[in-house]
Amino acid sequence: MTIRRNAQKEDAMLTRRQALAATALAALFVAPGARAQDRLNVIASFSILGDFVKNVGGDRVEVATLVGPNGNAHVYAPSPGDAKKVADAKLVFVNGLGFEGWLERLVKASGTKAPIVVATKGIKPLERAGEHEHDHDHDHGRADPHAWQSVANAKIYVANIRDALIAADPAGKDAYSANAAAYLAKLDALEHDVREVIAKIPADRRRVITSHSAFGYFQDAYGVNFTAPQGVSTEAEASAKDVAAIIAQIRKQKVAAVFLENVTDPRLVEQVARETGAKVGGTLYSDALTDDKGDATTYIGLMRHNLRQLASALVS
Amino acid sequence: MLNDIFIAPFTEFEFMRRALAGALALALGAGPIGVFLMLRRMSLVGDAMAHAILPGAAVGFLLSGLNLFAMTAGGLIAGFVVAVLTGLVARTTELKEDAALATFYLLSLAVGVTIISLKGTNIDLLHVLFGNVLALDDQTLLLIAANATITLIVLALIYRPLVIECVDPGFMRTVSSAGGPAHLAFLVLVVVNLVSGFHALGTLLAVGIMMLPAAIGRFWARDTTLMILIATASGVVASYAGLLVSFHLGVASGPAIILIAGVLYLSSLLFGRVGGLVRQAFPGRHLEA
Repeated sequence: MTIRRNAQKEDAMLTRRQALAATALAALFVAPGARAQDRLNVIASFSILGDFVKNVGGDRVEVATLVGPNGNAHVYAPSPGDAKKVADAKLVFVNGLGFEGWLERLVKASGTKAPIVVATKGIKPLERAGEHEHDHDHDHGRADPHAWQSVANAKIYVANIRDALIAADPAGKDAYSANAAAYLAKLDALEHDVREVIAKIPADRRRVITSHSAFGYFQDAYGVNFTAPQGVSTEAEASAKDVAAIIAQIRKQKVAAVFLENVTDPRLVEQVARETGAKVGGTLYSDALTDDKGDATTYIGLMRHNLRQLASALVS
Repeated sequence: MLNDIFIAPFTEFEFMRRALAGALALALGAGPIGVFLMLRRMSLVGDAMAHAILPGAAVGFLLSGLNLFAMTAGGLIAGFVVAVLTGLVARTTELKEDAALATFYLLSLAVGVTIISLKGTNIDLLHVLFGNVLALDDQTLLLIAANATITLIVLALIYRPLVIECVDPGFMRTVSSAGGPAHLAFLVLVVVNLVSGFHALGTLLAVGIMMLPAAIGRFWARDTTLMILIATASGVVASYAGLLVSFHLGVASGPAIILIAGVLYLSSLLFGRVGGLVRQAFPGRHLEA
C-alpha cells in the first residue's frame, strides 16, 4: 500500500513537471502575437470535452463550454447567450452519439457557419446499458454516448480534437501536435494506473450499482460490472418494479457497493443501500466535471477520483 | 397467489413499506383538505399554491443541495407568505380571493425563476419538481407523518367555523369572528400538505392526491363528514393500488397512484350516488303518496 502511494506521488510529480514543461514549451511557440483577441474561439458542448480541448489547444485557443461543471447535458436547456457563443465560435466540438439532443436546434438557431466537430468519430459505440423492453421517447439512437469513460476512447477524442484544430488553424500545427502528444502521454499513464488498481480487486467483487448507467465503456474496457436502477438517460423515472429488481439482484449476486453520482437523484440509491446492506461508496462522476471546489476538475482528476472510490469500496 | 400479488411486495421489500406508509400519511392529511378546498370553490388553489411553493423549494435546493430541511423551509416560507398575503388582501380589499392568489403566486414564481437564473441555469430541477415516493428516508417519512398529524389536529379544532363558513359565510360573519382566523389556518394547512406532498410525489402530483379524492367523495355523499371519510378512503386505496401497479407493471409510482385515483374518479362520475351521470339519466322512481 505504501509503495503504491509513493509510486503515485512520484507519478504525480512527474506529470506536474511534464505539464509545466509542456505549457512552457507551448508558451514559447505561441508567445509572439498570442493576444486574447487573436486566440481561436471554440465551443465545447460540455465540461469534459472542454477539458480535452483546453489541453490540446493550450494558449492558442479560447474554450467556452455550454453545459458547465456539475451540469446535466442530457436535459440541458440552452439560453440565448449560448446561441451567441455558438454564433461567435470558429469551431463547435460536440460529443455526438446522441448525447446533446438539444444541440442541433441551438446550432440552427444561432446561424453559425462554424464546422461541427464530432469528437467521438472513429469510436466503436456500445449499445446503451439497461435498455428496457419498452422504448422511451428518446430523440437519440441506441448508442451509449458516455464514450470518454474508457481512457482508450479519450485518446481518440484528443486525436480528433488535434486534427480539427490543425485544420482550422494550420499555423498552430506544431503547438497542437506537441500539446496533444504531452496529453496523450498522461492518458497512457492514467490507463496503466486504472488497469493496475482494478487488477488488485478480486474478480468476484467487481460488481457495483450506480444511479446512472453511464459506465458502459468503463465496464467494457476494464471489467468492472455496473448496474443501474435507471436507464442510460436520466429522463425516465424508475418504477417500483425496477427498484425491486435491483434489490433482488444485489441480494442474489452479492453486489459489493452502491455509488452515488453528481447528476442523478441520490435518494433512490441511498434507499437501495439501506435495504440491502451493500456498501455506499462516495460519488462517482460520470457526465460532468466538478467546479473548482470539487475533486474532479479535470478529466484525469475525474478518472483518478472514480478509481480511488472504486478501490476503497471494493478492496475488502 | 393472492398473497404474491397483494401482500408479498410489501413484506419482501422495505422500500415498498416506506412508500406505502408515506402515501397513506399523505392521503390522510390531504383528503379532508381537498374536500374543504372543493367546497370553498378553491379547487385550483392547490395547483396555484404548488407553483408558489416551488420557487421556495428550488431556492432551498440551490443554497444547500438536496437537503430536506432547506427545501422544506424554503417551500413553507414561500407558501406561507403567498397564503397569508392572499387571505389578507381578499378580506380587506375589493380584490377577490382568486385574483389575489393569482397575483401573488405569479410574483412568487417570477422571484424564484429570477433567483435561479441569477445563480446559473445548470441545476437539474426535475428532481425538485418530482419527488420520489420510492426513496423516502426516515427524515422525510417523519416529516410527512408529522404534517398529517398536525393537519388532522388543527382541522379538528377549526372544523365548525370552517364548515359553517363553507355553507353560509354571511351567517358566519354575523355570529362569530372566527371565520377569518380559521380561513388563514386552513390556508396554512394547505401549504403544509403541499410541501409534504412534494417530498413524496412531487408538487404537481401532490395536488392530485388532494383534489381527486375530494371530487370522488362529492359523488357519493351530501354530508361533509361522510364526504371527507370517502375522500380519505379513496386516497388510501389509490396509494395502495398505485404502488402495486407500479410494482407489477413497472410504471413510475407517483403517476400510477394518481392514475388509479383518476380511474376511481371516472367511475364515480358515471355511477356516483349523488349526481353521477348514470344516476341522472335513469333516476329512480319518485316517492309516491
